Amino acid sequence: MTDDELIWRIAGGSGDGIASTSQNFAKALMRSGLHVFTHRHYPSRIRGGHTYTEIRAREEPTKSRGDGYNFLLALGDSFARNPQDNAYYGKEEIKPLSENLDELREGGVIVYDSGLLDPSEIPNFDERVEENGWHVFDLDLRSLAREHGREVMRNTAGVGVTCAITGFDLEYVETLMRDAMKESILEPNLTVLEEAYEMVQEEYDVDAPDVSVPTGEHDEEQLLMSGSDAIAYGAIDEGCRFIAGYPMTPWTEVFTIMSQNLPELGGISEQVEDEIAAAALAIGASHAGVKAMSGSSGGGFALMSEPLGLAEMTETPVVLVEAMRAGPSTGMPTKPEQGDLEHVLYTSQGDSNRVVFAPGTVAEAYDASRKAFHFAYEYQIPSIVVYDQKLGGEMVNVPKSHFDRDPNPTLGSTLTEAELEDAPHSEDGKFSRFRHDTPEDNGVSPRSIPGQKGGRFLATGNEHMPQGHISEDPDNRVIQMDHRMQKLASIREELDSDPESSAQTYYGEDDATYGIMTFGSQQGTVEEAVSRLNDDGHSVKSIGVTDMMPYPEQEVTEFIESVDEVLVVEMNASAQFRGLTQKELGRFGDKLTSLLKYNGNPFEPAEVVDGFKENILGEEDLPQHQTTSVPAAGD
Amino acid sequence: MSAFNAIDDEREIDREEFTPALEPQPTWCPGCGDFGVLKALKQAMPEVGRTPEETLLVTGIGCSGKLNSYFESYGFHTIHGRSLPIARAAKLANPGLEVVAAGGDGDGYGIGGNHFMHTARENHDMTYIVFNNEIFGLTKGQTSPTSPMGHKSKTQPHGSAKQPLRPLSMALNSGASYIARTAAVNPNQAKQILQEAMEHDGFAHVDFLTQCPTWNKDAKQYVPYIDINESDDYDFDNTNREEAAEMMFETENKLHEGEVLTGRYYVDSDRPSYQQEKQNIGEMPDEPLAERYFDEDYEWERSYDMFLDKHA
Ligand SMILES: Cc1ncc(C[n+]2csc(CCOP(=O)(O)OP(=O)(O)O)c2C)c(N)n1
Ligand code: SF4
Ligand SMILES: [Mg+2]
Repeated sequence: MTDDELIWRIAGGSGDGIASTSQNFAKALMRSGLHVFTHRHYPSRIRGGHTYTEIRAREEPTKSRGDGYNFLLALGDSFARNPQDNAYYGKEEIKPLSENLDELREGGVIVYDSGLLDPSEIPNFDERVEENGWHVFDLDLRSLAREHGREVMRNTAGVGVTCAITGFDLEYVETLMRDAMKESILEPNLTVLEEAYEMVQEEYDVDAPDVSVPTGEHDEEQLLMSGSDAIAYGAIDEGCRFIAGYPMTPWTEVFTIMSQNLPELGGISEQVEDEIAAAALAIGASHAGVKAMSGSSGGGFALMSEPLGLAEMTETPVVLVEAMRAGPSTGMPTKPEQGDLEHVLYTSQGDSNRVVFAPGTVAEAYDASRKAFHFAYEYQIPSIVVYDQKLGGEMVNVPKSHFDRDPNPTLGSTLTEAELEDAPHSEDGKFSRFRHDTPEDNGVSPRSIPGQKGGRFLATGNEHMPQGHISEDPDNRVIQMDHRMQKLASIREELDSDPESSAQTYYGEDDATYGIMTFGSQQGTVEEAVSRLNDDGHSVKSIGVTDMMPYPEQEVTEFIESVDEVLVVEMNASAQFRGLTQKELGRFGDKLTSLLKYNGNPFEPAEVVDGFKENILGEEDLPQHQTTSVPAAGD
Repeated sequence: MSAFNAIDDEREIDREEFTPALEPQPTWCPGCGDFGVLKALKQAMPEVGRTPEETLLVTGIGCSGKLNSYFESYGFHTIHGRSLPIARAAKLANPGLEVVAAGGDGDGYGIGGNHFMHTARENHDMTYIVFNNEIFGLTKGQTSPTSPMGHKSKTQPHGSAKQPLRPLSMALNSGASYIARTAAVNPNQAKQILQEAMEHDGFAHVDFLTQCPTWNKDAKQYVPYIDINESDDYDFDNTNREEAAEMMFETENKLHEGEVLTGRYYVDSDRPSYQQEKQNIGEMPDEPLAERYFDEDYEWERSYDMFLDKHA
C-alpha cells in the first residue's frame, strides 16, 4: 500500500455538484505539479442516488485508478428517497458514507457531513473505524456553509477541510475558484473555503492521519482533459465543421462539446429527430463537401446501421463515434462496458468495410479521432471511434504540447473542377466517380462534389457501374466489391508503413515471459497491473490494441508469439476482443485466456493482477472478484 | 472565387440535358404515373433556371426512387425512407445547390415519416416530391400508409383496417411552407407546381398522385381531376392556414370518394427558411461551408489556440 499518493473520493447524491467540485480540485492538484486521474461513478438519475468521483494524485504519471482510496469526503445525498419498508433501495441517504467503505485503506481519512449523515445507521461503524485505524472527522459542513454562504457550498467546505488535513496549499484552490466562478458566488465560496480550513486547523488534530498531498513538478504545461474532450478536439483539428446527433449517454458529451464550439468556428451542429437521421445528415453533408461526423451509444448506433452501410456502398467518407455502455438494450446507461465491439465492427448488411479504432487513453483518443478523419476522407470509407463511459468521462492530465499540431482540413481524395477536366467520364460527360482502374488501385477513386462543373454522377446504395448507374452485371459486381474491399488492405499498409506511429501501446520488457492483451479503455489499468506484477518478481508485458479494423495482424502476432501465454482482458461477457483476435489471426486459440468483467464497473488493477495469478500462474486462494475467466482452448 | 462554378451558371438550359445518355429509358411499367413526374421535373428545370450540375436529386427506395437513374444531375439514391435527412444536410453544407428529394408514399409517409415531419417542421429550403400511388410498388403491391381503408393486398387479405394517412394535413401541421398536390395525368399543372415548389424559399411538399396500373388496378387513374385554384366550386385563400387546413381535409376525403382535387393548398412566403433562422442565431456561416474546404487562403482554426486554455 503506497501512501505517497492521494486517492480522494468525494461522495454524495446525484445533483449535488460532485462533478464540478471534483473537476476543480483535480485541476488544482494538477496545477500544483501532480499527475491526476479521475474516475466517475454515477447512477442514471438526475437527482439523488449515490455518486462519487475519485481523484488519484501522484508525483509519477498516473494511468489508472489505484486500489481503494485513502480519503473519503462524504457529503450526504440531498435528493435521497425516503426510506420505506420493502423498497429495494434501502436507505439511500447514508450511502455516500456507507457504500464501498471497505475499500478505504487502513489509516485512511473519513470526513463526513454530520449535518446530513448519521453513522450510527451503519452497522459496526465504530468497530470498523478502530480496526482499520481510520481517522474520522465529523463536521457539520452544512451549517458551516449556511452560515457563511449557502447550503450548496458544503462541497466547497469539504474541499477546505481536505486541504487542511492533507496540507494542500489553499492558494491553488482559490485561484481556480477565481477563474471559474461568477462574482456573485465567488466571495461566499471563498469565505466558506477559508472558514472550513481554519476551523479544522484550529479544532482538530490534522497531523494525526498519515495522508497528505504529495508534491511534484511538471516539466511542461499540462491540461486536464477527458476522452470526450480529446475526441472532439481531434475532430475540430481535422477540419470537422458539421455534426448531427441525438442525445444518448455517454456519447452526449462529445456531441455537447462539438455543439458548443462549432458556432465559433463557423460550423454547423444539428440535433435531429433520431439517430438514423443523424447518421444520414452526416453522410449528406460529407457528400456535399464538408467534413462531418455523428455518433451515439449502443442503442442509437444500432439505428445508424443502415446509413453506415450506405456510406460503405457509396464510398462516402464519414466519422462516427460510439460510446459504449452496458447493454443489452437500455442496459445500464451510465455504466461502462466494452460489449459493442462486434456491433460496431459488423453491423449493417453485407461484408463490413470500415475503419474502427478503440483508443486506450485520453491522448490516444485525440490521435484516434484525427486518424479516423484522415482515413475516412483519404479512403472514402466510414471510420468509427469506439470508446466507453470510462474513457469518455475520466479526466487526466495531458501535456499541452500533445495538441500543438497543424490542422488537417483537407477533404482527402477529392477533385477540383480543374482536375475534373482530365478525369475519366462517360461519353456524354458523366463523371466516372466509381472507376476501379485507378493507376495504383488502392481502393480509392477521387470524388467530385455536387455543384462542381464536370463532376455529375449518381451515388447509390445499389451496386453500380463507374458513373453510379445501377448494375447487376456479375463482372462489374466483383470488380466493384474488390475495389471497395481493397481500402482496408491499403489502410493497413499505410498504418504499418510507419511503425513509429503505431497506435498499439506496449508496456513492460520486450523479453517478458507472459503477456496481457487488452483494447480501449482498460489499457491504463492493465499497465498498472503489469507494473505491480513485475514489482512482485513476475515477468509480464502488455499490449493495448487500438486498431480494431483493419486489425494489426503483424504487431499482435509478434506480441503473442514472443510470450508463453496471454491473458486477454476486456469488459464484456463474451470475449469479443479475443474472438476478433483469433478470427483475424486464424490461430492462437490455445494461447489466449480471457479475463472478463461486466458488472458495470471497469477493472481495477488488483483484479487484473489476481486474474493473471490465478489463470496464468495457477495460484490459488486469491482474493475473489466479480470477474470471469474463460480458459484457452485445450486448457 | 467559387469552387462550384456550376452554381448560378447563367446559360440557356435545354430540358434534354436532363436525360442521361447512359440510361435514357426508364424501366417503369407502361402507363405508370412515375413517367409523369420525370417529365414534369425535366420541364420545370429550365424554367427554374438550374442546370444538372447545380442540382442534387436525392431519392429513397421504391419504383419512385429510381427517378435519379433517369434524370441527369448530381444524384443520391439513398436507402428506404432516408432521402430527407441526407438532402437537407447537403443543403446546409452548400445552400447554393438546388436540392430536390423524392420518393414513394411508403418511403416518405411510412418508414421515413419521422423525417418528413421534422424536415417540414424545420422548413429546410428544398423541394420534396412524394410519388403517391397509394401502394408499395416495388415490393409488389402491398398496402401502403395512403392505401384506402378496406384496400386488399397480399399482406392485407381482408382489406386494410386502417384509415389512410392525410399527407397534406400532415405537411401543414408539421410546418411545411408550400404544400401542393398534383397528378401525373395533369402535366401542365404538375410542371408549374414543381417549378413553384423549387422557387419557393422553404420546405415545399408536393404530393404527386402517380397511378400504378400494375398493382393498384382498382384505383382510379386520378381522372378527372379538379384544380381547386381554378375551379369556381372552391373558393379559399391558400395563404390562410385555417382555410388551407379545411381544404386539405376535404381533398383527402374526396380522393377516396372518387373525386381528385389538386392544386396549391398552402403557400407561406413570409416564413424564413431554416437556413435563415440558423444564420440569425449565429449557428450557420454566411458563406457556404463546402466552399471553405477549397479555399486555399482560409486560416483553419486549431483547438490548441481556441479551446485549450480552459483545461489548463
Ligand atoms: C429498410 C427497408 N425495408 C424494406 C425495404 C423493401 N422495400 C423497398 S421499396 C418498398 C416500398 C416501396 O413503396 P413506396 O415507397 O410507396 O414506393 P413505390 O415503389 O410505390 O414508388 C419496400 C418496402 C427496403 N428496401 N428497405
Ligand atoms: S409497379 Fe407500379 S409504381 Fe412500379 S413501375 Fe410498375 S406501375 Fe409504376
Ligand atoms: Mg408507393
